[in-house]
Amino acid sequence: MISNWVVILISVGYLILLFLVAYFGEYRAKKGKSLLKNPYIYALSLAVYCTAWTYYGSVGNAAESGLNFLATYIGPTLLAPIWWLIFKKIIRISKVYRITTIADLISTRYGKSVALGRLVAIFCVLGIIPYISIQLKAISSSFQMVSGSNLVSSSDAAISGHIFNDYTLYITIGLAFFTILFGTRNIDATVKQEGMVTAIAFESILKLVAFLVVGFFITFVVFDGFSDIFSHVENDPSLSGLTTLDSNGGYSEWFWLNMLSMMAFMFLPRQFHVSIKENTSEKHLDKAIWLFPLYLLVINIFVIPIAFAGKVMFSGQSEVLSDTFVLAIPILLSQDFLAIFVYLGGFAAGTSMVIVSTIALSIMISNNLIFPYLVSNKQFTRFNKGNFSRFLLNIRRASILLVLLLSYAYYSLISFRFSIVSIGLISFVAVAQFAPAVIGGIFWKEGNKKGAISGLVAGFTIWFLFLVLPTIDQTGFISFLIQNDKLFNFIPLADGQAFGLPMNKIPASLFWSLLINTSLYVFLSLRFMQSSKERNQAEVFVDVFKYSKEFESTMVWKGTAYVQDIEELLTHFVGVRKTKEILKEYEYKYNLSLKKEDRADSKLVNSVERTLAGLIGSSSARLLISTTLKEEEISTKEVLDILKETQQIVIVNKQLKEKSQALEEVTKELFSSNEKLRKMDHTKDEFISTITHEMRTPITSIRAFSEILHDNSDISLGDKQQFLNTIIKETERMDRLISQVLDLEKFNSGKQEFHLEYLKINELILEAIQSVQTLLEQRGIELTTKLEESSEYIYGDNDRLIQVLLNLISNAIKFCDAKAGKIQIVSKQVEGNFVVEVIDNGKGIMKEIQHSIFDVFYQAPDQTRKKPKGSGLGLSICKKIIEYHHGKIWVESNEQHGSKFIFTLPAKLNKSLTEQQSYLNEENFNS
Amino acid sequence: MKKILIVDDEPNILLSLEFLMKKEGYEVFIARNGREAIEIVKKELPDALILDIMMPEVDGFEVCEFIKKNNKTAHIKVVFLTAKAKDSDIQKGLSVGADLYLKKPFSTKELVKKVNEIF
Repeated sequence: MISNWVVILISVGYLILLFLVAYFGEYRAKKGKSLLKNPYIYALSLAVYCTAWTYYGSVGNAAESGLNFLATYIGPTLLAPIWWLIFKKIIRISKVYRITTIADLISTRYGKSVALGRLVAIFCVLGIIPYISIQLKAISSSFQMVSGSNLVSSSDAAISGHIFNDYTLYITIGLAFFTILFGTRNIDATVKQEGMVTAIAFESILKLVAFLVVGFFITFVVFDGFSDIFSHVENDPSLSGLTTLDSNGGYSEWFWLNMLSMMAFMFLPRQFHVSIKENTSEKHLDKAIWLFPLYLLVINIFVIPIAFAGKVMFSGQSEVLSDTFVLAIPILLSQDFLAIFVYLGGFAAGTSMVIVSTIALSIMISNNLIFPYLVSNKQFTRFNKGNFSRFLLNIRRASILLVLLLSYAYYSLISFRFSIVSIGLISFVAVAQFAPAVIGGIFWKEGNKKGAISGLVAGFTIWFLFLVLPTIDQTGFISFLIQNDKLFNFIPLADGQAFGLPMNKIPASLFWSLLINTSLYVFLSLRFMQSSKERNQAEVFVDVFKYSKEFESTMVWKGTAYVQDIEELLTHFVGVRKTKEILKEYEYKYNLSLKKEDRADSKLVNSVERTLAGLIGSSSARLLISTTLKEEEISTKEVLDILKETQQIVIVNKQLKEKSQALEEVTKELFSSNEKLRKMDHTKDEFISTITHEMRTPITSIRAFSEILHDNSDISLGDKQQFLNTIIKETERMDRLISQVLDLEKFNSGKQEFHLEYLKINELILEAIQSVQTLLEQRGIELTTKLEESSEYIYGDNDRLIQVLLNLISNAIKFCDAKAGKIQIVSKQVEGNFVVEVIDNGKGIMKEIQHSIFDVFYQAPDQTRKKPKGSGLGLSICKKIIEYHHGKIWVESNEQHGSKFIFTLPAKLNKSLTEQQSYLNEENFNS
Repeated sequence: MKKILIVDDEPNILLSLEFLMKKEGYEVFIARNGREAIEIVKKELPDALILDIMMPEVDGFEVCEFIKKNNKTAHIKVVFLTAKAKDSDIQKGLSVGADLYLKKPFSTKELVKKVNEIF
């Protein structure tokens, strides 16, 4: 048993913690480290969807009618791609118009109609107050249970024990205080409420953890896992039927319940508030689209086990409501700490819903119900000159208090009689009525105000008659309306045949209300013309992505107003300082300077109207502008023309941007190819410089010896012979050099022709050795081979590959000392490549130049050290040839320990096979 | 009899220069690279060098610098004989202390005349 005061202290302590969390959120935002920029916080804040209903009611629902409760969660999950699509558009529209509530959204779309905004706001208040009140009820009865260890939370007990009633009142007042503090920090409703959202995200975590903990406890500690619970249920005949879908309505009912929760997820004021108004980036949707359904999945894992466990544990005790199983089980088992924790989880679920719903409703009440009266009242505006924002803020605060007190009143008068789920679903049906006007509004340009108003009124009337009246009747006020379980003694109400459909009341009334709502909306929209203002909004809503940043030109306005008028108007609402800021920002954005006597253009008027819309709602702002500034009527055609122009501007801007990007790319390309050319030019210079130097060497010898022979007739015969011989050799060297240069030039320009055929690598090696045999013998160098047999071939040019081998072998011969020289040639196959190695025991190649000996004349002209003899152009030609054959060539060498030249060539398939294939291909071709 | 050291990595050029210098009556020494040249300079202290620039390992500039910086050898005349014909090369040759800078290919008569003149 836990004392009342302990529970009260813990509850108050929790509220204080919530204040601290919210304060932390505000603090972070002030430091520029906003938590709202985090997509996970966004997804968690969406979980405000899971209220005390989820927390207590799902178990109750599961215990009464099996798997039906899942519809509430499967709806938003299954249709996640659809809400992603719709939210993306609504978020963009709301940013453009500074829309903060669903009432504002609908009213803005249909010509910023004050009447429509008022209607939606009233419907929201009517639909949501009962919903808030059941949260209070859940908080109250859970308090009662945990503090009194009273498993029987009958409604009478709630009334009789006045201390519990008072407790609920105090909690309500505490919540009002919190909501006012963190929900009305700024009169501009478009400013993000960092603290509030942070607190909501925190509560989402808490309720999830608490529910998982109790679920785990019941499933794995009290029982022996899932199968244990299920076997208990199966063995009890009174519990059969829990494991299937409710047979009353069958699958169509299931479908409508899914649709219902889906629409509720989109249009509940609190969902609109966290998902649209508090959204900081459209990209957050991409994470939320899977995170939020995941949250729903996790929080529902233990619903069925707890429901079944409760059924088993309390079988025969029908006075223990299944709504309370979550809490009743820990209390029954005297698990005090767990009970308190569960209580706090439920408390979090309830309070988060209450806080967000209250803020959303208070904005609607002030912006759509109260402000339109005030701004159209000239005396009032004059009276409050300059002090408006404080006054508006106070109205909003009063609205919060009003909403909460109304909810409390509803709670203490009516709602304690019903289970949580039934009232929740009634609220769902109410907000589902917004679906035609919103979805039609953002996807269908023809939808108009008349259709929207008629549809909404009809839908709500049906909702009221079918769902609300019967509940009021039960409390005994209007009993004559319902007789024999029939409304007006005509429409059947009983589950399974409600309103003439084979369903329960909720899905059946959803079906009828939506059918009539949508039909009226479509029919009247087609039947009547839109006004030019409506047409304007319709165009922008449906094509919002086409207007992107040009939206200030999308609200067509015509009239006479001066900058001074605008300034005065703004000053009324936001004060002198803020007015200056706003105008300065406008001047900066459009790069102009405003003078008091200037005519205000439509862009400025729209900009101001948008600013005001954030403060007092778009319909009030519209009303204010139209009454303060001199406006002219504008025809629909004009509106459409101007919008078309704006779209054109957007398109042209986009094209310009694309063009300039393309230009930039071309410039880049030009720059890089220019760079390439310059490099090539430089290489060519080096090439020429080096080649001429290389040619001067043989020419020097030839000239010197020729002159010597010419000038010295007395020269000995032996000398004469040697000198002439040298001249001949140097001439040959010169010739070789020239053909190498020409070769290289051919490779570089791609003019070199290759005659490709299938060749055996070892045959090539042997052929090359054959031709240097004489030279080897002359110099007394020993050449050995180690050639691996292979069935595969290389596909290449015979002469060119021989040239490579010859070059490498003759280099090796040159580097080896006569007599002591040893050369080895190895060929093997490694992973689809032939690897050929030419190894000598000469003096080796310095590490620093190993990588450059394959470059064409790697010595730069400034270099004065010569590369090793014999590696002139030969190696660079070798490299070109090998690379042409898709191979690689490199050298490994340790100075003084000889060098190893290695090249690879890709091994090809069996020669005959490939030939056969090409033969076959030819045959096919010919036939 | 004056000593002259011929440094070049091309054997054919060495052969022709050796013939020409011997004919002029010099005592001829031969080096095939910079390192060999420095060793011979230290050992034989020749009166002059005919020096190529482009050689493996130690190039002609370095050899000349070594000679001109060393007190014992600074008096040795250095004649560059090279295919490097750019102004910047000549400049560099003179800056490391060369007494004469001749280009390849050369006229044998002129070479002999100029080498004789430096003494």
